[in-house]
Amino acid sequence: MTELLIPDLSLVALVGISGSGKSTFARRHFAPTQVLSSDYFRGLIADDENDQTASTDAFDALHYVAGKRLARGRLTVVDATNLQEHARANLVKVAKEHDVLPVAIVLDVAETLAWERTEARADRTFGREVLVRMRRDLRRSLPRLQREGFRKVHVLRGPEEIDAATVAYEKLFNDRRELTGPFDIVGDVHGCRAELETLLTTLGWDVHRDASGYAVSASHPQGRTAVFVGDLVDRGPDTPGVLRLVMGMIDAGTALCVSGNHEAKLLRKLRGRDVQLTHGLAESIAQLEAAPRELTDRLPRFLDSLISHYVLDGGRLVVAHAGLKEAYHGRASGRVRSFALYGETTGESDEYGLPVRYPWAQDYRGKAMVVYGHTPVLAAEWVNNTICVDTAAVFGGSLTALRYPEKELVSVPAEAVHYAPVRPLHTLPGAQRPADALELSDVTGRRHLETGYGTVTVAAENSAAALEVMSRYAMDPRALLWLPPTMAPCSTAPEGEFLEHPAQAFEDYRSVGVTKVVCEEKHMGSRAVVLLCRDEEAGKRFGVSLGAVWTRTGRPFFDDAAMTEELLRRAGVAAEAAGLWDELSTGWVLLDCELLPWSAKAGGLIREQYASVGAAANTALPAVRAMLATAAGRGLEVSALRDRMARRGADVARYRDAYRRYVRLTDGLTGITLAPFAVLAAEGVSFASRNHGWHLMLADRLCAADPELFTSTQRRVVDLGDEAAVAEATDWWSTLTEAGGEGMVVKPFEGLAVKSAKGRPVQPGIKCRGREYLRIIYGPEYTEPETLDRLRNRSLGRKRGLALREHGLGLGALDRVAEGAPLWRIHELVFAVLACESEPVDPRL
Amino acid sequence: MTVSTTHTPATDLGFLLVKHPDRVQQFEMPAGQAWVMFPEATAERCTAALLLDIDPHTLTSARNRAKAPESAGLGQFVNDRPYAASSMLASALGKVFRSALRGASKDRPELAATPIPLEIAVPVLRCRGGAEVAARLFDPLGWATSVTPIPLDDGWGDSRYVELRLTGTLRLSDALNHLYVLLPVLDDAKHYWVAPDEIEKLIRAGEGWLADHPERTLITRRFLSHRRALTGAALARLAEEHRRLAELDERPEPDTVDEPEEERRQPLAVQRRESVVAVLRELGAARVLDLGCGPGALLADLVRDRRFTEIVGADVSTRSLEIAERRLRLDRLPERQRDRIKLWQTALTYRDDRLRGFDAAVLMEVIEHVDPPRLAALEDAVFGHAAPVSVLVTTPNAEYNVHYELAGMRHHDHRFEWTRAEFAAWSARVAEHYGYTVRLHGIGEHDPESGAPTQFAVFTREVSA
Repeated sequence: MTELLIPDLSLVALVGISGSGKSTFARRHFAPTQVLSSDYFRGLIADDENDQTASTDAFDALHYVAGKRLARGRLTVVDATNLQEHARANLVKVAKEHDVLPVAIVLDVAETLAWERTEARADRTFGREVLVRMRRDLRRSLPRLQREGFRKVHVLRGPEEIDAATVAYEKLFNDRRELTGPFDIVGDVHGCRAELETLLTTLGWDVHRDASGYAVSASHPQGRTAVFVGDLVDRGPDTPGVLRLVMGMIDAGTALCVSGNHEAKLLRKLRGRDVQLTHGLAESIAQLEAAPRELTDRLPRFLDSLISHYVLDGGRLVVAHAGLKEAYHGRASGRVRSFALYGETTGESDEYGLPVRYPWAQDYRGKAMVVYGHTPVLAAEWVNNTICVDTAAVFGGSLTALRYPEKELVSVPAEAVHYAPVRPLHTLPGAQRPADALELSDVTGRRHLETGYGTVTVAAENSAAALEVMSRYAMDPRALLWLPPTMAPCSTAPEGEFLEHPAQAFEDYRSVGVTKVVCEEKHMGSRAVVLLCRDEEAGKRFGVSLGAVWTRTGRPFFDDAAMTEELLRRAGVAAEAAGLWDELSTGWVLLDCELLPWSAKAGGLIREQYASVGAAANTALPAVRAMLATAAGRGLEVSALRDRMARRGADVARYRDAYRRYVRLTDGLTGITLAPFAVLAAEGVSFASRNHGWHLMLADRLCAADPELFTSTQRRVVDLGDEAAVAEATDWWSTLTEAGGEGMVVKPFEGLAVKSAKGRPVQPGIKCRGREYLRIIYGPEYTEPETLDRLRNRSLGRKRGLALREHGLGLGALDRVAEGAPLWRIHELVFAVLACESEPVDPRL
Repeated sequence: MTVSTTHTPATDLGFLLVKHPDRVQQFEMPAGQAWVMFPEATAERCTAALLLDIDPHTLTSARNRAKAPESAGLGQFVNDRPYAASSMLASALGKVFRSALRGASKDRPELAATPIPLEIAVPVLRCRGGAEVAARLFDPLGWATSVTPIPLDDGWGDSRYVELRLTGTLRLSDALNHLYVLLPVLDDAKHYWVAPDEIEKLIRAGEGWLADHPERTLITRRFLSHRRALTGAALARLAEEHRRLAELDERPEPDTVDEPEEERRQPLAVQRRESVVAVLRELGAARVLDLGCGPGALLADLVRDRRFTEIVGADVSTRSLEIAERRLRLDRLPERQRDRIKLWQTALTYRDDRLRGFDAAVLMEVIEHVDPPRLAALEDAVFGHAAPVSVLVTTPNAEYNVHYELAGMRHHDHRFEWTRAEFAAWSARVAEHYGYTVRLHGIGEHDPESGAPTQFAVFTREVSA
């Protein structure tokens, strides 16, 4: 029995003449979707598997599909004769393009057997001479395969060997996904042994020494593993000491190390190649010459064993010396190694003559965290889930380690400037890089977004529509951490004079297993999201001073920046007085509020829309009624019309009352108040899981601190099983709405991220609006019984779906803010909320 | 709406309108009911009332909304259509008084051909462009026009509605045709999409009065919902009727209040484009980006010059791109020509890989539409990421605004307008940061005090050897 070992990600080419049993072999050892057969592709292109004129197109398509599979990291088997060099060259090319290893499995059977099998098949009509030619091609090919680029060539001779063969998979060396850490990932050491020992000790490692006092190994009481990003050697004072310690740790299984460019160069030197003794190599060579033989003898083997990168912790962590773009993670090829060791350069040089590196990290959009070194920086900083931990220890900076998964940085300062830097330390890249640069492809096109609360699909045209709003009118994305989701109304009341009634709101929640709700007074104002910062220092990361206030579409709430500043300043004073900063141990907080009065933001709308209609109606209806009175006076039968017009007149009067209630004169901030009802997030935390009692308690403390600026929210907490409480809340709603209130919002008491009994997300809130208020929405006369009946057919499904999707996106954004995700990861979700808002949904809901 | 006459016997009005004065008649309309009745019917004075009872919920039904242009405002659920005279009233007029509109009367043919004293009252009419437009439209037709503004709620001033009263001695059919055409013209928001057959309606209803009307351009344009092609065709037919082609050049409509100030200064816009194209030629740019291309005025200039081998118009507004596509007639260009032009949606506050590697990028009157806090993102996306060899930026010169009698800025969407010093400082900083050299120019007539109306910066990248 032959076991064929193949890398678990590879492109496998089956090689053999017609009738050698390739398809049978493929069926036996691989999943149907892994096998791309040329016959099948000919059929796909030309409806005839044997149509040789379709071969060129069929192979184009096959290579295309193979490329797509390999890009996604799927093993792919090509079932074709692959007897000609050009055919195989194409496969090798596809494999190389995706940095996977090409493997050949040759099925070598006698021509007689193949002919027997061919004759047994009705669809094979070629003559025996074709097989003869194929056999000749195969014989010629066999010795060439290795040279053509196939990293493994398995040859199975005769049907018995073919039948007996099994396939086994081997992992690539870089695949250490089974190691879950925790890790301490150490930046470029460059011979700084003393600093390395200090760093390890600081990290809690025990450094083991031999009789002579040399550090020969280290272990961590909590079983942590060290990962070195390479460049252990050169420039620094004690390269042999560093190697002794790290090699010992690797032997002891407490460390991993990837190769740096300096290791690669040292190895070439040790192998006798002609390399220049520059960039600190001379120091290493001198030190190694003085080092004991038992250390230096082990060195070539050690250096040769270092691989280009590691994929760790289930694929969530990648360590490579110079970083690694996502397409190269877990791949193996010359260019992957080259990228991992040297990075990509633009071909240009900077003013110090150093190569300008292509800023791959800024384009990085991968899921895995990439930790790397190679390029000295002043301080390690996150860029799109990547971090460079080379903090220039040898140049007098510091030696840094990243604790994973804690994402905590630990540094120890260099004991001296061991090597003169080519460019001064203070000019190193650090703070000035635009980590917050966003790419168009982060937000446009059809998008599938995993929020952690379900996947949301955004249509390309909705993204396109949102792009204009976002780029032309919205806030700076750095501050725009969240957008409020739309909210669905309660199910429509089935009968009576109400369209919306608390009974349905309560039933909506009961039916999904929510037992306790909070009913919050719905303020009639404009939605305002407030990012409040304790001081300008806290505001820096958001590109603001004291914070920002924005509308539900992400626009700055006030045109006047001074008004925003004044509001934030006062809110900040209140937050200080209320003890918010210390209690939440944060420098900023994100508040969901309603800003009152409605006329402060919507003055123009009220005037142009609501008051205009009011004026027109208020003039037209009396004129009509006067005309009808005259007509009735001369005996015309118009009583039905007169009744109808009288009712319309009364409706219009109530309508005018409805919108006028929300109009209040304001002057600057005077007359403006904020009604906060949720504390969404603060430093490192999303408060989505806190119950509404907590949210409102904090809101109340703000109100107490500055009752002029903050308005409290009336509420009732209702146990849905308690009839009396339900009745009391219903009465409260009636009183509220009859007095002109907009209505209430019913929310699951337990918080924003509540799930139903079946584990599905439930609406975070359901609005239940008052009868009079709805005149502003459905028109002055919507209460006419026949109109009301027609409105009962309104369909809520779309609105509810939209509300849930937007809510999920918002929660996802808060989580990402909390975990310190790169800006594009937050922005893509916030943007998607805006894109969802472009969906055509009845705006009255 | 009411029509009254004091012609004796006044009740003859019933014959002319073909409606019995003692009956209340109901007509079904697409969006409600129309009623005709005579609140007054004596020999001395007779008044016919046309009452339109529009059901707002029919208007807002999805079907109707899909059928109506957005400008009609039917998408608003609280809307004035049930209360104000509009194209719906005109439609009702056309349906209910069809024969009277034609001037036909079986019973009183000679009376139908005779001017009679008439009084028309429309209690609520939206009068776009202000109350005086009503007088400009009706007075030349022999009416005495009285317009009373209707106030908004307390303290908010006048609404956009007026009460309209017309008195005059005219043939009833003329009066009805005037209303049929001019009520929707004043309202200026038709409730249906205007199709070419609308020209026929206008020519028919305007027979004998429209071709001579001093405001015929305004009337035609608005009646045809500002559709340029239709308006042109209709005006040409009116002109043909009177063989006075010379007078019928398109004159600017006096009523375009929301038209951007700048757009009208054609010469400056043209000069700007010419300057930009000249500099592009001088730089030898072949592959050119027009960032914020809008409806594509500059693109059209670029297309004409074969030395520009690849022209990309990029804008955030898909609507603008659609207009540009039509304007450039991309669908009619030969393939080889068409391949030179691409229109892409992009946003300049995001990095866009497609924009890399060009010879030049033009930001013509674009930066002033970006909020100052977002300018850094634009700079990064254009100078840092797209990084073309040259970047051409034009923006208004705020100092020059003294020549314009402006209250604020030149365009309502301008987020800022810079003085020459401010623009120079910005240009120098951007050039320094992104490795460009910059030259500053002015476009337009140079004023010794305030400089040229448009500022122009040409950035060129220092290409490292």
